[in-house]
Amino acid sequence: MADPMRIRAQVKDGMTDVRVLMAHVMETGQRKDAAGKTIPGHFITDVTAKHGERTVLTAKWGPAISQNPFLQFRFKGAKAGDKVSINWVDNKGDKRTDEATIT
Amino acid sequence: MTRLDRRNVLHQGSALAALAACGLLGTASARAAVDSAAFEIKTLADALKALGGAVADSKDVVITAPDIAENGAVVPVAVTSNLPKTQEIYILVEKNPSPLTAAFVLHEGSDSFVSTRVKMGQSTNVVAVVKADGKLYSATKETKVTLGGCGG
Repeated sequence: MADPMRIRAQVKDGMTDVRVLMAHVMETGQRKDAAGKTIPGHFITDVTAKHGERTVLTAKWGPAISQNPFLQFRFKGAKAGDKVSINWVDNKGDKRTDEATIT
Repeated sequence: MTRLDRRNVLHQGSALAALAACGLLGTASARAAVDSAAFEIKTLADALKALGGAVADSKDVVITAPDIAENGAVVPVAVTSNLPKTQEIYILVEKNPSPLTAAFVLHEGSDSFVSTRVKMGQSTNVVAVVKADGKLYSATKETKVTLGGCGG
């Protein structure tokens, strides 16, 4: 399983600001190795963010998102102490979910 | 004892992750307007067509990207929409092998703002497309890349 994500969630004036740093190679499938062989693509395709059980953001990504993807978004309706969970799935079926407490 | 505990916790964690993923995947594919095929489209015009055709330029869509990106592998891009009923946000990079880079679906209560980092092969336009109230609006920003992020 991949390395954990780093999630920071802060609420201010009713708006929760979430920053996520995921650990992923995000290989495009376009690059070639030293022997000239194409390196197969390996990238995150789906991201879902939840506040408790409520989905607040879903994303579909292509391979052009940078390595170790960064994502920032905001949503309303959460308070300090609530949990935010982020889930991603990559094109090889690998997945990871991490949770953070809103401060 | 502590070892065992740790293992248990890890085990439960992964089971939970798998469970969540199954559930989440369902909602994601049901809500997102594009499927993975759209990420393989080669030209900007075709990619925009896949999003739903008519795209109007709008001042209410704000795209934040650097004028000059030193490293094309990590270009910070943020999109803010001031349009009411913003439902979806797309980021496209015109001259990448496949322009469509990211599609975000906002749910109730989400602010119409996303920020991420993208790869750019060369100097090109970054296009933000926002779907609000069923219509598409866009904003374009040119970013010069001094070192490409694709190839190798």
